[in-house]
Amino acid sequence: MYASAFQLAVVFLFAASGEWVAERAGTLNISVEGMLLAGAFGAALGMHWMSVGAFGLLIGCLAGVLVALVQANLSHRLTANQFVVGLALNVLVLGLTAYLDTVIDLGRAKAETLTIPLLADIPLVGAALFARPWPGYVAYALVPALWFLVFRTRWGLEARAVGERPQSADVSGIDVNARRRQAILVCGLTAGFGGAFLVLGQINQFQSTVVNGRGFIAIAAVIFGGWTLRGTVIGCVVFGFVEALAIATRVQRYSIDPFILEAAPYVVALSVMLLFATRVRQPRALAQPFVRGLT
Amino acid sequence: MNDRLTVPALYVASIGGAIVLSALLVSVTGGSAFAVFDALVDGSLRSPGAWGLTVTTMAPLLLVATGAIAATRAGLVNIGQEGQLLVGACFGAYLAVRLPGPGPLVLVATLLFAAVGGGLWAGIAALLKAWRNVPEVLTTLILTFVSFPLLTFGLRRRSLIGDRDTTRVNHINSGEQIPFDTRLPDLRIAGNQIDSAAILAVTVAAVAIYVLERTRLGARIDVLGLNPRAAQRFGVPQRPVAAGVLVASGCFAGVAGAVLLTGGTAGDRLSFGYSGNYGWDGLLVALLARNRVLVAIPMAFVFAALRTGSSFLATTGVDRKMTDVVQALLVLALLLPAAIEYVRRARGGRQPVAADRPGLGRRLAPVGGEVV
Repeated sequence: MYASAFQLAVVFLFAASGEWVAERAGTLNISVEGMLLAGAFGAALGMHWMSVGAFGLLIGCLAGVLVALVQANLSHRLTANQFVVGLALNVLVLGLTAYLDTVIDLGRAKAETLTIPLLADIPLVGAALFARPWPGYVAYALVPALWFLVFRTRWGLEARAVGERPQSADVSGIDVNARRRQAILVCGLTAGFGGAFLVLGQINQFQSTVVNGRGFIAIAAVIFGGWTLRGTVIGCVVFGFVEALAIATRVQRYSIDPFILEAAPYVVALSVMLLFATRVRQPRALAQPFVRGLT
Repeated sequence: MNDRLTVPALYVASIGGAIVLSALLVSVTGGSAFAVFDALVDGSLRSPGAWGLTVTTMAPLLLVATGAIAATRAGLVNIGQEGQLLVGACFGAYLAVRLPGPGPLVLVATLLFAAVGGGLWAGIAALLKAWRNVPEVLTTLILTFVSFPLLTFGLRRRSLIGDRDTTRVNHINSGEQIPFDTRLPDLRIAGNQIDSAAILAVTVAAVAIYVLERTRLGARIDVLGLNPRAAQRFGVPQRPVAAGVLVASGCFAGVAGAVLLTGGTAGDRLSFGYSGNYGWDGLLVALLARNRVLVAIPMAFVFAALRTGSSFLATTGVDRKMTDVVQALLVLALLLPAAIEYVRRARGGRQPVAADRPGLGRRLAPVGGEVV
């Protein structure tokens, strides 16, 4: 139960932290669902070709970035509506992977488990945190890395500016749409990794239902976190637990209705928006396209 | 002259590209692209009764799209139609099997109650927006994912929408059958059964066109979407209009849910995943029609044709998931020309905002009224 909670939290973390970057730069990137699925499919495909976990991860990341490239260029180069692009991409990836899954026999895909000595012996949580398929450990490095990228580099400052006031960012010489595109690419990379981890570390097999709305839970986690990285991480851990609990209840017939658990992440995210509406605020230009010359 | 040629050319090129890409995909994976195309046309238009089915399928899509268009024109981003539709269907299902009385009356009540359901679901988002200024993009999206488990919850309880007939096999997790006399009647034209929901949808669309293009309310909605500050100057009550339009768009989606239930092709009892992406597709129709209801009608027909056509794919040995791919590629292809044109105009220094709302000012401040 702890182990599965941790695994799911890691998947959410990869998707949500990338989504967080994209949202800070002003895109409500709903194709994160498609990116996760593409990553999952890419990982299974990579394993099918080479049977090396790292190669599967690589292909998974590439697949995620590929989806991100389409999303980024259509919505922030050609200024097409980002929701249309996102929805269409989700449908496209779902259809394409399901279709290719019927054509190619992918088989099983599993990454090796790497147990960290000493740490894994900690009672209760040791095994859950430190005896996992190895790609999961990247999550520990991901959060500080993204924090550094967004809060300590010039690129991060510009990306945040673009998400708050694109007009001001534009007049100070920042290429607004380029920053947004790059932020989406970051999201594609991490979400692709997350999807790959979902297959390699958790399910060990590709199915077209493997992601099943988890990308949207990642979006809920970002909202839950009030668009802060810390909050997003907490959201991912909480939602990971909730999801693991939901799976456990379905198997073991506890007295909690799984319905409540399924709805929980979204209801919690809604309540956070309602309760902290005055303190928590989204990036000002979230989901607003930028075209120079328009106010 | 040049402009007039390039846009259609771009459309031809990008749609052609999407079709070629889909065909390539089918061929590479061992299918026959021509057989697939044939099957799609057979299933949606050519085979007996097919186009009637397509028109029937079009109805809920058009209803959803009409609501979405109204919302988008008011500058709102309602992307939760899938959930609003589902909640509407649940409300409708609850009433349809319980209300005593003559069938047609119950039917009307069902449709109205479904509208209330969809409106309520969108109303949550409207309330949050009006009260705490929470963006409706986020709330409508999230509420959609609350609605799915809500359906499960309801289906498990006989006091709600679960099947009360416990003697039936598979009664668990499924809704009660809608009585025959509370279903929308079918029209029979040349061997086609067309659900009267299609007439309802087209009528609703026509009314929406009139309201949006010809009335003061429509002008207020437009000006609110185009420039909220100008709307304020014109005395448009911003919050009530925005909230009203958001709720109305939810109502449209709710009615679409009831239409699925009482006459559509989605089956006569609720089950898991009942909304079947009708909400998402309707939203896509609206956005691809670039917020013109008149364009949404043929667009909804195309989407419906892909749906009905996909049921014929089995004969070709190609998985019907393929139609999802085709549909998504078509959506992306339909986006491209307008977007390219938009960027080209912006680069050329010409006004990128098309002044395509004739008579807006006149409708806002009618003759004799004060002109600001």
